[in-house]
Amino acid sequence: MIVDKIKKREVTNVKNKKSKVDIPIGKWVKCEGCKEIIYKEKIRDNLNICPNCGHYFRMHIGKRIELVIDNGTYERFEFNIETTNPLDLEDYPRKLKTLREKTGLEEAVSCGTGSINGEKVVICIMDSGFLMGSMGIVVGEKITYAIEQAIKLKLPLIIFCVSGGARMQEGIISLMQMAKVSAALTKLDEAGLLYISVLTDPTYGGVTASFASLGDIILAEPKAMIGFAGPRVIEQTIKQELPVGFQTAEFLLEHGFIDKIVERKDMKDMLYKLIQYHK
Amino acid sequence: MQNKKEDGTKENIERNFGMPNPESYRKGIRFMKQAEKFKRPVITFIDTKGAYPGIGAEERGQGEAIAKSMFEMARLKVPIIAIVVGEGSSGGALAIGVANKVFMLENAIYSILSPEGYSTILWKDSSKYKEAAEKMKLTAKDLYDLKVIDKIIKEPNVDEEEGFKKVAESIKKEIINTINELNKLDTEQIVENRYEKFRNMGEYKEV
Repeated sequence: MIVDKIKKREVTNVKNKKSKVDIPIGKWVKCEGCKEIIYKEKIRDNLNICPNCGHYFRMHIGKRIELVIDNGTYERFEFNIETTNPLDLEDYPRKLKTLREKTGLEEAVSCGTGSINGEKVVICIMDSGFLMGSMGIVVGEKITYAIEQAIKLKLPLIIFCVSGGARMQEGIISLMQMAKVSAALTKLDEAGLLYISVLTDPTYGGVTASFASLGDIILAEPKAMIGFAGPRVIEQTIKQELPVGFQTAEFLLEHGFIDKIVERKDMKDMLYKLIQYHK
Repeated sequence: MQNKKEDGTKENIERNFGMPNPESYRKGIRFMKQAEKFKRPVITFIDTKGAYPGIGAEERGQGEAIAKSMFEMARLKVPIIAIVVGEGSSGGALAIGVANKVFMLENAIYSILSPEGYSTILWKDSSKYKEAAEKMKLTAKDLYDLKVIDKIIKEPNVDEEEGFKKVAESIKKEIINTINELNKLDTEQIVENRYEKFRNMGEYKEV
């Protein structure tokens, strides 16, 4: 999909691009929010939020599970699949292998069951550290599988979204995953089960244009960048600078596309409350 | 049956260089639901470079409009036929492409993104679009082999006017035949038939 290269309006000259993907290796990190050099451990201990200015750093799957799921209750679905590389790209399988080794993740999403203050849910968590959380056949299939499990187990579904959109390397097959997941969600809807979609920085392209926007309730983290077309694509098309605050969670809230902005520290309790209301 | 063929959603390919705003998709949903109410089949013609990337489009929820369109199509209780007649690029095309049967004109293309955009993203160089187009598997034959589309509608190699007539006739014939075929299914089967098609999109291997 149209996407990537999400550039924050307020921030210019971000030299250390790696800091966009969770917290980089090394003891110190420069915060993109306040430009201060901060001791990494301090950010880690503060839910990946800058203790100085409150800037949200991205979160990997493990940390996210720690944040919202009761300790030790997360059980990943035993559903291990790989792409068939539909476009027969030469370097793509090698790139995936290297990424798997480097990140310790199998793919851009992890799906399973877990408890939130004792309430059992099916949860899917995406990770920007794996090809920018892009959706190819594996991500599409895993999320669809998770939806089917939620129906089978009669459990609420929660998806933490972070994605640049459909995965370019798998071409049209990636695009088709949007329809696959959206269609699966019609079944969840018919089953009368709750689906909460949580949008985190960044959520774009084919993910915004499918399951991210289809939650019964749509939450977002503060200042998360969310949209369909990437800011760079829009700027190139309309040949104008984009307004400050464009495509932020606050912007979406104002336009009625999300229901609430929830801070990290409140996320677990909010999810718990919503599940309670819908029992 | 002849009349019914005329009903359904059509993307206005003239407006905005064929790049729909969210309203287009919402209008589409409205008419698809109307078709459902009056038990008419829906025919969509796809020819777009993608959904329009603009400030207003984002403000009015381009992503949500596309998502909802796919969602509603997936559960629509009447037959849907989608025909890619020109360029079918990105979510903007798929938004009206969740059909029981998807056809493509022989020389049409259907892809995740325009080749220019694709080469920009993958290689940061939009001038490599030819190379991108070769790698993307976006021709009717490629998509038939990938099981993304169900049938290729031939475009005879004759002069423009005569060719157009012939293609239009072929499209008409295919639509009528397909509707006759899909009308044999009951409501539940129509939805299930479409669901299965998209449920099985893309092959993976278990490890």
